[in-house]
This record gives sequence, C-alpha cells and structure tokens, in this order.
Amino acid sequence: MSDVVASKRVIPDRIGTKTSRILSSWEVLLFGVAVLIFVFNSFASPYFLNAWNLSDATFNFTEKAMIAFAMALLVIAGEIDLSVAAIIALASTAMGAAAQAGIGTPGLVAIGIGVGLACGAFNGLLVAGLRLPSIVVTIGTMSLFRGISYIVLGDQAYGKYPESFAYFGQGYVAWVFSFEFVLFIVLAIAFAVLLHATNFGRQVYVIGNNEFAARFSGIPVERVKFILFLLTGLMAGVASVCLTSRLGSTRPSIAQGWELEVVTMVVLGGVSILGGAGTIAGVVIAAFVMGLVTFGLGLLNVPGIVMSIFVGLLLIITIAVPIVARRIKEMSR
Amino acid sequence: MNRLLKNREILLLAIIAIMVIGFSTRAQGFASPGNLANIFNDTSILIILALGQMTVILTKSIDLSVAANLSFTGMAVAMANAAYPDLPLALLIVMAIGIGAFLGAINGFLVWALQIPPIVVTLGTLTIYRGMAFVLSGGGWVNAHQMTPSFLNIPRMSVLGLPILSWIAVLIVLGAWFVLTRLPFGRAAYASGGNPTAAVYAGVDIGWTRFLAFVTSGALAGLCGYLWVSRYAVAYVDIAIGFELDTVAACVIGGISIAGGIGTVAGAVLGSLFLGVIKNALPVIGISPFAQMAISGIVIVLAVVFNARAEKKAGRIILRDRAAQDRNTGEVSA
Repeated sequence: MSDVVASKRVIPDRIGTKTSRILSSWEVLLFGVAVLIFVFNSFASPYFLNAWNLSDATFNFTEKAMIAFAMALLVIAGEIDLSVAAIIALASTAMGAAAQAGIGTPGLVAIGIGVGLACGAFNGLLVAGLRLPSIVVTIGTMSLFRGISYIVLGDQAYGKYPESFAYFGQGYVAWVFSFEFVLFIVLAIAFAVLLHATNFGRQVYVIGNNEFAARFSGIPVERVKFILFLLTGLMAGVASVCLTSRLGSTRPSIAQGWELEVVTMVVLGGVSILGGAGTIAGVVIAAFVMGLVTFGLGLLNVPGIVMSIFVGLLLIITIAVPIVARRIKEMSR
Repeated sequence: MNRLLKNREILLLAIIAIMVIGFSTRAQGFASPGNLANIFNDTSILIILALGQMTVILTKSIDLSVAANLSFTGMAVAMANAAYPDLPLALLIVMAIGIGAFLGAINGFLVWALQIPPIVVTLGTLTIYRGMAFVLSGGGWVNAHQMTPSFLNIPRMSVLGLPILSWIAVLIVLGAWFVLTRLPFGRAAYASGGNPTAAVYAGVDIGWTRFLAFVTSGALAGLCGYLWVSRYAVAYVDIAIGFELDTVAACVIGGISIAGGIGTVAGAVLGSLFLGVIKNALPVIGISPFAQMAISGIVIVLAVVFNARAEKKAGRIILRDRAAQDRNTGEVSA
C-alpha cells in the first residue's frame, strides 16, 4: 500500500557526522525508550528488579519475537504473513493429536516444525508461485489453518504431553536463562547474520526497495519470497513447540491475535511496512520494549486489555514522532 | 454468454443461487422466501460494514479497526441507554454514528496528515479502541434487561415483511451505490486507488479522499455498533472480535481489489451474502459450525486466485488494443 504522492527530495551538502547519524538512528531512539521504561518500572514497582521476575518477563515476548525475526525479513521484502498465529494453532493441534497417539518428544518437535514448514510452503506457493497479494492470501490461510484446528478440536483440548516435552517452554539452560530466552538470542544472531551479512539478505532488501529492478538484476524474486514464507512458517512452528510446551495444552484458540502483536513488534522495531528498510537489532529492542511494557504494567495490576492500549499507542506514536519531527524540521528550513 | 460469464457479479450471484438450491435439496425449506429473508437479515450488519470497508479499500487503504470501533460504539450506546432510559432512540443512533465517525476520523487523520500506512494505523487503533471499550465498561456487560424495549425492538420490527434491520441495510446499499457511482467523492475514491499519481494530476486530493473514506467506514461501523448490540441484546468488550477480517473477506470475494480502485457495491453485497449463506447453511445441512472458519478460508484463497486472473487481464489490454487499432484502422477488436 505505497503512497505515490511525490515527496520533496532534499540533498543536503553534508549527511552529518557518523556519531550524529548513529545517535539519531531508530535503534538508538528505541533503546532509549527501553531504558526509560526499565527505569520507570523499577521505580513504579518494588518487584520489578528481581532476576527471576525479569526472567519470567521474557516469556512475554520470546515466542512472538522468534516469529518477528522471520516476519521482519518478509516485511523488508515487501510482503506480510498474517497467518502466523493460525500456523501456531495448527502445529499445536497436530502435536497434540500426535501426543495423544503416544508419540515421543522428538517426534512431536518434528511434527510441530514440519507443520509450520508445510503451512509456510503453502503461503509461499500462493504468493510467490501464483503472484497473489500476500495480505489477502494470508488472511485467507489464517482462517483456513485455524479453521482446521477448530474442525479437529471443536471445543475440546489436548493436554496429555510427555514430561520431557515440557523442557522447551519451561526448562532453564543455566541459572535464570530459560531455554526460550537462549533460543531467542541464538535466533536473533542467526537472523542478523542472514539479513545483514549474506547475499540472501542483500537480495531481501533489494526486492523490498524495488522489485522491478531486482528482477532485472537477476535476483530470483519468487524463490527468495518463497524461502521467506518457508522461514516464517518454520519460526511459527518453532514458536508453536515452545508455546505448547509452556502451556502444556492445546486449544484451537491458542495464540489468538498474535499476528497483530508480531507485526506491531516488527514495525516498532523500525522495519518499514512499505518494505526495503529495517534491522534485526531494532526488532530485538522492540521485543524488549513490548515485553517490559506488558510486564511492568502487569506488576502494577493493569489488566491485559488495557496494556494493549499502550502497545497500540506505542506503535502509532513511535511511527508518528519521527514524521512530525521531520515536518517541523522542513518547515523551519 | 461469454460476456455474461466474465461479469463477476453475475457469476457470484449464480454461484450463490446454485449453493442455495444445493442446500435446499439437503434441507427442506432452505430456499423458502422466509428463510432467505432471514439470511439477509442475519447478514445485514456484515453488508453494511463491508460497504464501509470497500470504500476504504477502493482508496488503496484498509481499515482493520472496524470491529473494534463497533465494539466501543456499541458499548457506549448500550451504557447510555442503560443509564438514561429516557434518551430517545434517534439521539442514541445519531450518537453511535457520531462516535463511529469520530473514531474513523482519527484513523483518517493519521493516514492523511501524517501519512502513516493505513495498515499500521488501524492495527494500532484496533487494539486501542477495543481497549477503550474495556476502560469504558470496566469489563462489565450490559444485558438485555438493562436496555429499554424500544432500543431492543425497533431493528426487529417488521415493515413490509422485512425487519427494519434489513431495510437499513437496503438503504445503505442504495446510498453507497449512489455515493460511489454518482458523486464526485465516489469518482475520487476510485481514482485515488486506481492510480494515485494520475489522480493527483487530475486534481483529486488523495489525502482528503482517504480521510473521508475512513470517516465513512467509521460512521457505518458506529451504526453497526448499535445494530449489533440491539440484535444480540448484549454488549461486552469482545463482541464482533475478528469481524474486521470477515469484512475484508466479503470484499475480496466480491471482487474488490485489495490494491485499490477496482470493485462494485453489488460485489461487496454479494460477497457478504456468500459468507452469510454458508454460515447459515452449515448447521442446517449438518456440518459442524466449527468448519465454518476453514471453509471461509478456502473461499477467500480461491477468490484471491480468481481476482488475480481477472485483474491481470484488465491491467494490460488497454495499450495493446490501442496499438493494434492504430496499426490496422477499421478493424474492431473485441
């Protein structure tokens, strides 16, 4: 949904010093917000500054952030996947059914990830293969994937998971560092390398900036997009394993509304919804910001739905502030 | 015949008719006028919202906040009705439309003045408006016994064989058709979605047009807030949750291009009715209502595939035809 209204392009004589550019970057700005929220929270609640409490708080965002990394790449390439939460539901349902049949932990993980990959491939085929707009395709597959969960489960729930399966969502690698948090860090590094240090990452940016030019530069646009959908499906599958393991049960309404939170996280992280710009570092900081906001408000007994007001405001304000600032700057020139 | 088949609305109408006939072989009386009127009444709110959504989509935007707007406005009027039973219904309806239009104007302002992408704006306001509904109500419910009889009964009253709710939908369908095809705003909406650059050169104020589209969508969502609360005789925070996607689905099925500029009122209405017929048919023919979600998912995907085929042709033929005509004048190409 790009705007074609011509914008005034000003080419300044100097693009500022390196430090001033870094200081005015989105990531630094967001990091400042995160620090502010952290400081505010530690004053607002005496329970905030506690290693175990903070460790618990990470569960608020680790699963969503895993998907947000892949979604960031997808959004940078100019596409979007609204079916991620539904993929979680479908993968979780498949794992639940398998667990009921007595399949062990390794099998369950394989099934969860496999379903995620299959769903991602389906989205990828529709968007990249048939060249359909991703926003409507994934609205459709979102209904389809969650719909299948509803057909299988109806108003029932799966809850009989093997004991060792609980490790992915409830286990700790060392001290207060949970398995999910460590996985989150590892994936953040992996995605940062993929996006910022590989040929593939370059291609993602090029496609997002100018798909037409990308095609003429010999970039296999469709293949890259397909891989991105596959990656997003994979991450939704991984998130599903973690979430199912943490909750220990599966309902068809699992992870309802997460697609919007994941997109919020990505956009808050400075990824342009129009494609072509954004960093993994930004998404990581955005994940912390959202986690800290919800956790801090939770400690202050603010109900979840009121927190969502803050998340919504955060999304709009963080995007509006730089735009307004630029306007004022342009006017004073 | 070939042209008739290419006309999307007629094709969709035919599919709906075949579906109705098919269902009536399984369930006696499904195709009876009474039942069809019921289905229409049941789909009225979706039709109204889909028309608002369509107006926004035409301008190359999207409004994901309609259901949250509906929930907030519905809660506001229900609480006003419960607290002041003496307020006339007309005032409450004006209030619903006004609140809805205001919430829509916030979306429109952010899109217009700050040029934030519509999907981001309405993603944000979607959570904000529903959160506000919670703040307003404190998480409480407004139940049927707290509402006045006129508040509850007027949309159900039968006039000329149809409930007033259906008549409201009919009026809004006619109104939307008039506005979108006969007024400058309609032209501007199609133009600013079809080709924004060309629209600017043609003197269309795209930002203002989008703003008006969001206000329209918001006003209709507000009206539906009252209609929904009155129809289901209860108001709580989670009413119509996820309904924004149904409105987008109805538009997509009806052939409204998500890229803007393409679509008809008839398409949006038929797209809504398509979903309405399926929703009403499932329990009748003995399929679990849980299957409804998956079925609408499949339908949306198929509709998108179908749309893409139709649009690809429409986008390319113009130049080629011109060129062909220039070369061999006199030859009329189909």
